[in-house]
Amino acid sequence: MPWLSILIAVPVLGAVGVALLPKGADKLAKQVTLAVSLIVLALTIVMAVQFSPGSSDRFQFVETYPWIPSFGVNFGVGVDGIALVLIALSAILVPIVVLASWHDADAPNAKRSVKAYFSLLLLLEAMMVGVFAATDVFLFYVFFEAMLIPMYFMIGSYGGAQRSYAAVKFLLYSLFGGLLMLVAVIALYVIADKGTFMFPELIGAISDPNTQKWLFLGFFIAFAIKAPLWPFHTWLPDAAAQAPAGAAVLLVGVLDKVGTYGMLRFCLELFPDAAKFFTPLVLVLSVVGIVYGAIVAIGQTDMKRLIAYTSISHFGFIAMGVFAMTANSAAGATLYMVNHGFSTGALFLIAGFLIYRRGSHHIQDYGGVQKVAPILAGTFLVAGLSGLSLPGLSTFVSEFMVLIGTYERYVVPAIIATSGVVLAAIYILWMYQRVANGPTAETVQGMPDLDRREKWVIVPLLALIVALGFFPKPILDVINPAVDKTLANVSVTEHKPAVPAVAEPKGAGE
Amino acid sequence: METAEIIQNTGGVIGVSWLMIALPLLGAVVLLLGGRRTNGWGHLLGVAMSVASFVVAVVAFIEILGLAEDQRRQAVPLYDFIPGLAKMGLLIDPLSICFALLITGVGSLIHIYSIGYMSHDPDRRRFFAYLNLFVAAMLLLVLADNYVGLYIGWEGVGLASYLLIGFWQHKPSAATAAKKAFIVNRVGDFGLAIGIFTIWTTFGSVAYGPVFEVAGQADQGVLTAIGLLLLLGACGKSAQLPLQSWLLDAMEGPTPVSALIHAATMVTAGVYLVVRSGAIYFHAETAQFVVTIVGVATLLAGAIIGCAKDDIKKALAGSTMSQIGYMMLAAGLGPVGYAFAIAHLITHGFFKANMFLGAGSVMHAMNDEVDMRKYGGLWPVMKVTAVTFLTGYLAIIGFPLLSGYFTKDGIIEATMHVNPVLGWLAVAGAGITGFYMSRVMFMTFFGKRRWAEDAHPHESPAVMTIPLIILSVGSVFLGAFLILSNRLTLFLAPAVGRPKDLLEFHWNSTPGLVTLALVAAGVALAWVKYGRAEVPQVAPRGSFLTTFARRDLYGDALNESLFMRPGQWLTRIAVFFDNRGVDGLVNGLAAGIGGTSGRLRRLQNGFVRSYAMSILFGAAVVVGALLYVGTM
Repeated sequence: MPWLSILIAVPVLGAVGVALLPKGADKLAKQVTLAVSLIVLALTIVMAVQFSPGSSDRFQFVETYPWIPSFGVNFGVGVDGIALVLIALSAILVPIVVLASWHDADAPNAKRSVKAYFSLLLLLEAMMVGVFAATDVFLFYVFFEAMLIPMYFMIGSYGGAQRSYAAVKFLLYSLFGGLLMLVAVIALYVIADKGTFMFPELIGAISDPNTQKWLFLGFFIAFAIKAPLWPFHTWLPDAAAQAPAGAAVLLVGVLDKVGTYGMLRFCLELFPDAAKFFTPLVLVLSVVGIVYGAIVAIGQTDMKRLIAYTSISHFGFIAMGVFAMTANSAAGATLYMVNHGFSTGALFLIAGFLIYRRGSHHIQDYGGVQKVAPILAGTFLVAGLSGLSLPGLSTFVSEFMVLIGTYERYVVPAIIATSGVVLAAIYILWMYQRVANGPTAETVQGMPDLDRREKWVIVPLLALIVALGFFPKPILDVINPAVDKTLANVSVTEHKPAVPAVAEPKGAGE
Repeated sequence: METAEIIQNTGGVIGVSWLMIALPLLGAVVLLLGGRRTNGWGHLLGVAMSVASFVVAVVAFIEILGLAEDQRRQAVPLYDFIPGLAKMGLLIDPLSICFALLITGVGSLIHIYSIGYMSHDPDRRRFFAYLNLFVAAMLLLVLADNYVGLYIGWEGVGLASYLLIGFWQHKPSAATAAKKAFIVNRVGDFGLAIGIFTIWTTFGSVAYGPVFEVAGQADQGVLTAIGLLLLLGACGKSAQLPLQSWLLDAMEGPTPVSALIHAATMVTAGVYLVVRSGAIYFHAETAQFVVTIVGVATLLAGAIIGCAKDDIKKALAGSTMSQIGYMMLAAGLGPVGYAFAIAHLITHGFFKANMFLGAGSVMHAMNDEVDMRKYGGLWPVMKVTAVTFLTGYLAIIGFPLLSGYFTKDGIIEATMHVNPVLGWLAVAGAGITGFYMSRVMFMTFFGKRRWAEDAHPHESPAVMTIPLIILSVGSVFLGAFLILSNRLTLFLAPAVGRPKDLLEFHWNSTPGLVTLALVAAGVALAWVKYGRAEVPQVAPRGSFLTTFARRDLYGDALNESLFMRPGQWLTRIAVFFDNRGVDGLVNGLAAGIGGTSGRLRRLQNGFVRSYAMSILFGAAVVVGALLYVGTM
């Protein structure tokens, strides 16, 4: 079965179908979109079950079709554990976002087309699957750029008051990065001189250290803007705050992960020497981002901007984990990408529910929500706690792995990054206090609690966050072998403990 | 340091000891997810789960008593948590079972008491859900067989504490206190986390057994660092200097919470951590010394704060700080002190929970008044509360033959053994304890009635007084039971190591007699000032020292000027910089390179066209490049 082609084709066909629906069939458009996204989720689950983590193949479900034969461009797809969990993340988030966005494109602004919004969502889903599945570097680049288009329109046409500014800023930043990457992709093709863009064949193809450095930079800057790392981050708070809540979830939860995913997949493996050369620089950017993002988040007065800044801090953790290049840090960073998608997704969606009710994204316009809408406040708190990586929730596992893995090799950056746990407690709990605690603000009186649809949106996310918090093993078992293969290609030596302890306690009576 | 080896459990009740954690956790989940439907019986389920957990603990304890000494440390593996990094499992040994008994035993009594105390609260079910959550997390903290499991429980109790301090979250003061407790604790957790990282990189494991077995071979500097980092975590959780500031504010929570979490159990977690990590501290003398210094400093600071508070709960909270200071001091002494630290921890769990619940009973009777200047002469109207409080009071000041007498004396004797200077400071602390606790006793139950006009004090219902009576029995007898003939020392030896020489209890040792004399003096002074003399309803201005103590030794002022205000400035600067600086710089750079800034403005008008141009431009580059390459 060409699983990955199907996973890309189904949402594309769905998008076309939704777009072709007659005018005014808004409800039908929503239902079709939800159905298609659920089909994609079901197919992804079936595929994931067939994935064998222990396989010695680098990629599974591989498909290669010649696309532009004269330039050696292939439609090449395939997944390893890293790509698989990110595709799964996308497939899980899309139906949730569809359900959450049910009324986002509706009137009052009747000029906006409802079906176009949902059609764009499905188109975006196809791109997200494609970008993680691509094993051809050129194909990756195409998806990387094409992803911008649906997101651009979702922000620019359906966003908040400043949507045009935010959408254009998002676009320009991304295009700038994309152009750099394009140059690097072409240069890679030319210099490697293999006549192909296929990723597995390009590993180890560039040996000259200086060439590696230049090409690395081309890719890295594109990814650093995408992720985004400090100081390339300023487009994100604008875009995330202006985007509709559902689009913000996919933007921060999935699209930005393409940046960190790209670092792990392409920067490390294609240019291992350059990656090691630039590691100190990347670690500095990451650590600055962790602390800086958190501090700026504390000072925000706008809920969605606040969440966006916490993500900048979290992307610092992910990039740090990738570039610390230990088994724990890199696996932790991969898991972080998934967990952050769920956690920030939940936060954005609940913020969206609040904003939908109150009509304001300013934190100061709330207060005492707990009293009138206890379930809404409760889910907000749980999502918030996952944002501060509370043990028992999934985000703790990944943050802990990133920190302990980084500490194995880079003690000082890891210690500074760990201060992020204190700052996270401040930005989350302070926001929660201002929104949900204290006397009930007059404007909040009578605020309805979560309805059934909203519970269906938020419960699966929180359930995943809790379940993966206690049992991260199933997903780590998929990630670990892929990360090991990646690191083997970078040829780093694992840290050895000074005084290795014996593992198992002795049996009774021995 | 010789401890028994940890062996693999092969069944029995110990094999299902995870039930201790699972039962209250289940209770919390049912009550939280069940919502209002469980309002009618939620509190009963909460009590049942806590009691069931206690039963499991008792049976496991009996099972341990039936085992030979070298079989008493059993590992119960559960599952592979983070592959390659941490396996989840429990360690049932004399140390952890002592804690399990204390947590579930005192915890169950406080659950029962809360049925009465919270009977008028519309959110009583949620309260019991949080209490159950706390018990589960606290048990994970003490039962886990590795540092990651401990850390999960550690932050779990922090969450429960946050939820319960802020239980009446419509009160801004409660919400702020809850947040403060969590954040200050996270500062401690920062240390604990890095301590665990260091353990991992040094030993390649986070499990107690393997790590402790080879701990002695590690570099001493590394061990000292680990010891100090763990201590930072302990200071946060146990409200020791310099991370003590949250505990007094935490009294915003309902009183049963103050009794359970902020007196009897959670705040002693730091002591547990230090005692549990004995194998590391054994080879890190400097770290041990710092532990004792922190302990002594806090025991004095807490006692001084306790002297000046008029709020009965805050006076008791100061006292809690001080008593944990004693435990910390003993824990810093190494094997000679461990049993005394734990003994004092257990008896303190009883007499302090006893007094907090007694205070709650008084507040219940006095329309939630907490100012002792509005109390006075209460003993005739609430005799059970008064008598049980009296036993707790006598126990804490170390009245001969009561619990505190034995356990505190044990700590003082052990300290004398190691460092006489610290020992005499601990003696002085005991004298101050005599004063401030007598002050609480006299101001509340004796002297003239200074009640508010609408106060009609009455005895609390049986569901509240029976737990008080049980706790007061423990306050009277437990100390003698644990200390005499070194019962606890010998029981704990397989887990924490046997001291080189056992300290026998002598009633006529010099430090013991001096302590008694100082305590008597403290009581007498308090009688003169608060028993015999009239207590003004409005607090007098007081000397510099009084103000110093009333303001919590300026701990908050220090935090505010050192961290909070600079932090606020930093935040403001960073936000400003981010809006103007980084964004401006990047936009400016972009403008410098390609005139993007100008285009940005233009794009806002006709962006779709320009976007099409951009794509076209990009496509042209691609095609051109490919053609060029193709012709090569």
